[in-house]
Amino acid sequence: MKAVRFALRSFGRELRSGEVLVLLAAVGLAVAALTAVGFLTDRIGKAVARQANEVLAADLRLRSQSPVPDEWRALAAEYELQTADTLSFPSVVFRGDDNALSTIKVVSELYPLRGAVRVSDELFGEQREVDGIPAAGEVWADGALLARVGANVGDVLEIGELQLTVSAVLTYRPDQSIGFASLAPTVILNIADIDSSGLIGEGSRVRYALLVAGDESNVAAFNEEIQGILPDEIRVRSQEESSERAYNAADRAQRFLSLTAVISLLLSAVAVAMSARRFAQRRMDTVALMKSLGATQGFVITVSLVQLMLLGVLGVAAGSITGYVAEELLASVLSDLLAGSLPGTGLRPVILASGSALVLMLGFALPAMIQLRNTPPLRVLRHDEMPPAPSRLLVAGLSLAAVAALLYRSVGDARMLLILIGGIIVIAGALYLVGRALVAVIGRARSGVGVAWRYGLANVARRGRDSAVQVVAFGLGITVLLLLTIVRTDLLEGWRASLDENAPNHFLINIQPHEVDAVGALFAQNDIEVPTFTPLVRARMTTINDESVKEREYPNRDGEWLANREANLSWSAELSASNDIVEGTWWALDYAGPPLASIEEEAAMNAGLMIGDRLNFTVAGRDVEAEIASIRKVNWDSFQPNFFIVLSPGALDGMPTTFISSLRIPDEKQPMLIDLMRAHPSISVIDLGAILQQVRGIIEKASLAVQAVFLFTLAAGIAVLFAAVQSTIDERRFESAMLRALGARRRTVFAGVMAEFAALGAAAGVLASAGASVLAALVAVQLFDLPYEFNPVIWLAGVGAGILVVCVSGFFAARGAVNARPVDVLRGAPA
Amino acid sequence: MPDRPVSNVLEAHQLSKEVSSPEGALTILKQVSFTIAAGETVAVVGPSGAGKSTLLALLAGLDLPTRGHVNLNGANLSDLDEDGRALVRAESVGFVFQSFHLVPSLNALENVMLPLELAGHDDARRAAREIIDKVGLADRWSHYPAQLSGGEKQRVAIARAFATEPAVLFADEPTGNLDSRTGENIMELMFELNRNSSTTLVLVTHDNGLAARCERVLALDAGGLVSDTRAAA
Repeated sequence: MKAVRFALRSFGRELRSGEVLVLLAAVGLAVAALTAVGFLTDRIGKAVARQANEVLAADLRLRSQSPVPDEWRALAAEYELQTADTLSFPSVVFRGDDNALSTIKVVSELYPLRGAVRVSDELFGEQREVDGIPAAGEVWADGALLARVGANVGDVLEIGELQLTVSAVLTYRPDQSIGFASLAPTVILNIADIDSSGLIGEGSRVRYALLVAGDESNVAAFNEEIQGILPDEIRVRSQEESSERAYNAADRAQRFLSLTAVISLLLSAVAVAMSARRFAQRRMDTVALMKSLGATQGFVITVSLVQLMLLGVLGVAAGSITGYVAEELLASVLSDLLAGSLPGTGLRPVILASGSALVLMLGFALPAMIQLRNTPPLRVLRHDEMPPAPSRLLVAGLSLAAVAALLYRSVGDARMLLILIGGIIVIAGALYLVGRALVAVIGRARSGVGVAWRYGLANVARRGRDSAVQVVAFGLGITVLLLLTIVRTDLLEGWRASLDENAPNHFLINIQPHEVDAVGALFAQNDIEVPTFTPLVRARMTTINDESVKEREYPNRDGEWLANREANLSWSAELSASNDIVEGTWWALDYAGPPLASIEEEAAMNAGLMIGDRLNFTVAGRDVEAEIASIRKVNWDSFQPNFFIVLSPGALDGMPTTFISSLRIPDEKQPMLIDLMRAHPSISVIDLGAILQQVRGIIEKASLAVQAVFLFTLAAGIAVLFAAVQSTIDERRFESAMLRALGARRRTVFAGVMAEFAALGAAAGVLASAGASVLAALVAVQLFDLPYEFNPVIWLAGVGAGILVVCVSGFFAARGAVNARPVDVLRGAPA
Repeated sequence: MPDRPVSNVLEAHQLSKEVSSPEGALTILKQVSFTIAAGETVAVVGPSGAGKSTLLALLAGLDLPTRGHVNLNGANLSDLDEDGRALVRAESVGFVFQSFHLVPSLNALENVMLPLELAGHDDARRAAREIIDKVGLADRWSHYPAQLSGGEKQRVAIARAFATEPAVLFADEPTGNLDSRTGENIMELMFELNRNSSTTLVLVTHDNGLAARCERVLALDAGGLVSDTRAAA
């Protein structure tokens, strides 16, 4: 009890002395990083959970490319289930000369069967849940759409041949997809209006759905009955399957964010270990004194642990608040990416972060405390008496156990955990060696420089281990920030630049055969080169070499997906300019034999298809068989209409066909598109420029969020630096006093210290630039298919940022040591 | 606590201390024996490296002898573990150090309370206030070590040493860090408190004048006890 009282009494004074601030900051940072990410993933998790349960707006959804026959509605009624119909397709919405591509969602009474639609009565107004659907002649439109066409509630929108009044702003619908919601804002309209809209034609890209909901056991019985008898073109999805997919996606995002937080946590752990060592060293004199006055080891360790716990509590409090604020900012940046408002968070992240902080302190600070307990009382008489160093086994064991415990929460799988810890040890070891090598280079460089630099560089080399840890800590933080800022813009710019100047900027889809000539004529009238119209036929693959596509085994999931989804087929006599044959031969121009097929290279690989394989398709109830004659490489970046599977001419004759096309329309001629869309309302015009713009916006925001998480990493790096400087502060004070006593000016001593930090920062910058360059090259080659171009700006920015960050934080960490009066230091100014 | 009254509060029996060094075993103390009676004031003198501080550490149980043993207030220190020796110190030992050794995070009063609390004293604060008054720091009790002069710090240290009314007070060069005038005042205070409390005082010093004020002088040289002189009163 007296130990606790003593600990409490001296704690306030310890705090004011500033000695423990670094330890406090390290704990606080770890907690802040964990809570910020924890709050965010908690929120995303809740949003996903909320949406996953409503994502079908029903218990069961039957989806098809053509209207779902009435017999299924009747069957559902037999099971006493409610039903509702929806249709959705892309179309352009007009208001005067303004227009925007939208998702048109047509709904019948009772929609949605699960969840609720929310609307507001004006843009950015208070949202409320509604019962029912828009009245005939009215629509509910997404705010983003209204903003794009400059409309508000009460205005009239043109959709196809309809004139519809906006009666509310749509803010949420249960079956909206998670993420990227802003790509095509939704308009909800009443199914009663659809027949007169002129929007639905043969082969339109319409998705029909029959929603079913009701008593759980009835739904299950209904689902069981239809499983065997449902035709192939109708797909059933249950709520469980949907939520599983949503959860999986969210789970991956959460793990990624957690792992980024873990990097900050590990760096904080280094700072905690360093500052705990300092904490213990500073207390050794006091402990020796207390022991000489009769304090037992139990008393000593209790005092240390109580103070450590108090620090922990403060660190957790400060960290939680910082983390909460950071997360609020992050959430507001991300809110429009995550479709609708994010739900509030609970206290769970704080509890988890506090637990982590406790584990962190036990794992990384306990060894120093145990050492402190063994301080010999003789130290009161002989200042060089030190307690025996804690065993390496104990230190390594405790810290590994702590890291494992902390990671397990993010990974949640023992095998993954082992792989990850192995990976961390290997990567950390490799980075450490690189850091040591850089430090060694710095040490070598000192013979050719002036006195201040020599002093500084010698310091870096002398504290080799600590220097290497700092180089790695800063290097990591700067790597990620570099990668995300410069490289990201570099890559996006590079990709854009790689696109042909004359590349198409618009896609036209859903062109009916009878419209082809008229559309061509319209372009000709406007002096625009008439593009090629490529046929498109919707089909479903049934068998490969007489084996059902459902039963066949595929090299990977992508292949399975390719074979089982609805396929877009085309035919052509000539090989498209953006394609190259890599295997087999393209058919002759006048080929008229049995149907042949040409497969895209990656698709063939994923689905395990080879020349000579026979593919069977069903198109509107008719069967087509084609033999694979060639494998093609496709340049997708050409923005030409391209297909995984192209058949020989004649193979698809008489099948329901639409045409697609892509072309470049100069900016000044774009108004002609309005005439085109008015004349042919069922044709969808997709503005690639606008989509690229949006994709860029999304990437910007997502990387901003990741960068924010890595700011914690950089802050943890600063904490490591402070801890490292602090643990050498007595040495530094003494050296500085010595140098000044020997006649060095304060400026010279200071220049030496700054030289040390500049060298450290430069080394970290070199490490970061190299890391970012390698990663950028990987991303460029793997993800963007671009040759990587060396960018000297990365190196300038990396080394510059390294020097700046380390020098500025080093200045604040070390200025006290330089400014101390030599006479005080050399006299030893006892307390 | 001893269950019989002891007249000899400190007994050193054949104390030897060896340490290992790169050049082999190094003998710091060689078979030193003496007894100190309750209430005596004893100076330990000798040149640097004679083994004074080592002897002090062994007598106070801060370190253990290689051979021989120390009886402190009836307890054989070699029989006790570190915590056991700490308890003996809490019961019967006070210290004054050359470099004061105050806890920087505690104020003067709290520094004085520290040994009282460690010994489980009921009213540590009141007792500490009394002794702080006695050493002349009545109006400085709330100051922290960094706010006190060297002389004031040593006064706090002396107050702390006497607070538990220890059987033995060990002082290691108590004036070493003070100017001569302040040093004299400090020693005056220490002897005065010693007279009033009949504490045994063991004082390690270089200062012959200071040693002469003690009733007895033990002279060490090269680890051996070379003389044991009692001053004429």
